Amino acid sequence: MFDKYIIDPDTVRNTGPADAPDGFEFESKLGYYRGLGLSMIEELNVAIDGEEVPRDAVRFDEGNGPLTLDEMETAYDRRWHFGTPATISVKREGGFPSGEHKLSLQQKLRVSYLPFPAFNKDEKTVRAAA
Amino acid sequence: MTANIKRGVSLYSFQEELFLGQMKVEDCVEFAASIGANGIELLPEQNMPSYPDVTDADIDWWHELMARNGTHLTCYDMFLDTKLRKDRLMTDDEQVESIVRDLKLCNRMGIRNMRILVFVHPKILARCVPHAEELDVHMGVEVHAPWHLEHAWILRTIEEADRLGTRHLGILPDMGIFMKHYPPVFRARFEREGARPEIAQFIVDSHEEKIMAEYTIYEVAVKMGGNSAEVRMAETLRHAPYANPTRIGDYAPYFRHIQAKFYEMNPDCTDPSIAYDEVIPELIKAGWQGTLSSEYEGNRWVQDAEPVDSREQVRRQHKMFERLLTPATAQSVSA
Repeated sequence: MFDKYIIDPDTVRNTGPADAPDGFEFESKLGYYRGLGLSMIEELNVAIDGEEVPRDAVRFDEGNGPLTLDEMETAYDRRWHFGTPATISVKREGGFPSGEHKLSLQQKLRVSYLPFPAFNKDEKTVRAAA
Repeated sequence: MTANIKRGVSLYSFQEELFLGQMKVEDCVEFAASIGANGIELLPEQNMPSYPDVTDADIDWWHELMARNGTHLTCYDMFLDTKLRKDRLMTDDEQVESIVRDLKLCNRMGIRNMRILVFVHPKILARCVPHAEELDVHMGVEVHAPWHLEHAWILRTIEEADRLGTRHLGILPDMGIFMKHYPPVFRARFEREGARPEIAQFIVDSHEEKIMAEYTIYEVAVKMGGNSAEVRMAETLRHAPYANPTRIGDYAPYFRHIQAKFYEMNPDCTDPSIAYDEVIPELIKAGWQGTLSSEYEGNRWVQDAEPVDSREQVRRQHKMFERLLTPATAQSVSA
């Protein structure tokens, strides 16, 4: 219902030393009409130009400190609030590739009233801030 | 009993603008008041950032907002995370605990109606009834498409309420169950995604004829070699029931709130899809008392092509309500 708004394209930036970035991060909203506990965010699949980054390279931080996807599985006391950006960071030598590239994010959610998992997907052409 | 049907709006209606930060809850309430939709329905998990640790100060904030606008809170939309844990479902005890937590918050907010998700098991609700009675909150199981008023699953809740002799368990109809005509916004979206006009017309015609969904899906998917957009459009028919409006009066004792679902209003303030012109007279005839609470869900169907204007859509729906409710007003004046 909010797929096209999931990635904020103007927030992509590299992390680590400026001359030798060790990753990148961007802001994302949960593509759902309500907030959800972090334990129900099953996957955050990030891909650059269609090539998916490894699951253990992804971190999520809604403001209370970064978590791996494994750690999110038992983060029962933390929530990703409705309409509120969280930071998704990716460990990747060299950071985000220079120039424009397609960045995609798929959120896989465990929504209790649905018989199947919910998938929200966005893909945008972005460049990392200088 | 003379009908007393009030108008209201669910904050769900403004999800697009709220999500994008274009409106705040205060703006939604102010707008609702401006069109006489004075009953406000909320989703704590959408509209209360401190949920579930809601403080008394948070609740005061809501009450002040209501007082300032001459509005009141009508309904609390609960959720239940039975799949909170990856390794197992919530136990029955945990489900009851979660619902009781919501009932208590609902009561603290002074709200007397709670929308219960339709998937919650009647045996769980039966265990919550003593709490609902003590806290004076009506638990209404959302009758949401593809369920409908006389679906066996819905009847289980009604049977449970009768067995317990309680007035605090019942239903809460979502007007999406009265989809008389296929929504033009659905069709337009699927056509933008590649559905061919002739196939789209076939699907619309099949819905108009009330042909059972699986026949149409098979025709489109197999015999017509439908593309992805066409098959997905045909599959929406599984969730597009047209329940019999003349039966809603039979269930009036079991509900006190209605989610007035809609996908789009015409510029002349008529609904091209949901049969409000047939349902509202039945509610009046039944002497129903409660709130028609707007639930605009059209944003997801148009946001790819145009800016969403939830306010204008809700405004038009309320023009329609005013028109359709006029006989009720006349009736109450003469009574």
